[in-house]
Amino acid sequence: MTPPTPALVATGLACVRGGRPVFDGVGFTIRPGEALEIGGPNGAGKSSLLRMIGGLLTPAAGTIANPFTVAWAGHETALKPGITLGDELRHWARLDGAIPAVVAALDAFGLTPLADLPTGILSSGQRRRAALARVMASGAALWLLDEPGVGLDAASLALLAAAIGTHRAGGGLVVVATHADVGLVAPQRLSLGA
Amino acid sequence: MTFLHLLRRDLGLALRRPGTLALPVLFFVLAAALFPFAVGPDARLLARIAPGVVWVAALLASLLPVETLVEPDRADGTLDQIVSRGIAFEVWAAARLIAHWLGFAVPLLIALPVAGVLLGVPFAVQARLAMGLLLGTPALAALALLAASLTAGLRGGGALAGLIVLPLALPVLIFGVGAAGDGALRLLAASSLVLVALAPFAAAAALKSAFD
Repeated sequence: MTPPTPALVATGLACVRGGRPVFDGVGFTIRPGEALEIGGPNGAGKSSLLRMIGGLLTPAAGTIANPFTVAWAGHETALKPGITLGDELRHWARLDGAIPAVVAALDAFGLTPLADLPTGILSSGQRRRAALARVMASGAALWLLDEPGVGLDAASLALLAAAIGTHRAGGGLVVVATHADVGLVAPQRLSLGA
Repeated sequence: MTFLHLLRRDLGLALRRPGTLALPVLFFVLAAALFPFAVGPDARLLARIAPGVVWVAALLASLLPVETLVEPDRADGTLDQIVSRGIAFEVWAAARLIAHWLGFAVPLLIALPVAGVLLGVPFAVQARLAMGLLLGTPALAALALLAASLTAGLRGGGALAGLIVLPLALPVLIFGVGAAGDGALRLLAASSLVLVALAPFAAAAALKSAFD
């Protein structure tokens, strides 16, 4: 049956890493405004599943139908050390065709005072926030966040929860791979390796 | 548009690190300067082997940037950002190739007269050499990109990349050293065209398999 609204649909996904099966038979459907929280112990394949959704990893089996544009925030923040934070975000925003969105995204993660600093001197929490601000500035409908709460203080976690809330209220989708609670409101939960 | 943004970004990053650009060129000049010491100050002998010396020095210099060509972007998540935006590896690789060639070949051509004087190469031969390098360096840049993509993520990737590039660069070296005749220049240009056209696709295929 075809869903009435566009949806991210995954069916029968399997993951094999280094010849070892990690998970199989994973499926879910999320629609605009919804969130999916992927949980499970270390090595259960949370990041791999997220990479499959983002098109960064080919599933060993199964299909993913994704009609949405994607914004990715992985473990690596992809910030070049010699460049200022503002220039770095504007570079990616230029690729996304949404340069004005950078100002609001910097503000949403409390980064405006840091915009003129080279990214090399930022702390790991600040770099994580910068990666999240890049996701927000992209204007993409589907946010894929891998352990977005790592290294964030309580105030930054609140900013993240607020940003996700605003995104979902505007019809955006969020998939989060995480151990910790990142303040998702009523997410679908998918537990790997249980 | 995406291609131009990526190209401008790569050139901007390169210009911020002039030391990285200068390194292969200094290596090129120093390698050429070794030969008068190694084979003695016989001006006629030096002038005769100079084209070969210049090309070998250029080829070895082209290996130096290989480790910084792809691997940093893979390791710091830049390639993840590229792929998740639906930008094809081929587009990224083509931009990287052109930026790399500009950052490698232009300084090399500027430094060529220095190496030429050290080897006692007459001006007419130097102009010929410059033409050969201009036509042949795109091929060297393409091979460097290919090797860098194949070895991205491997430990000791730089040394392995050298082993990949050197045999593949042999035709370029032969046509380059033989560039006294017009036929060799044409073959050199043809080698560059083929390698530049193929390299983004080959590099993209290598990166795709590295991602899985």
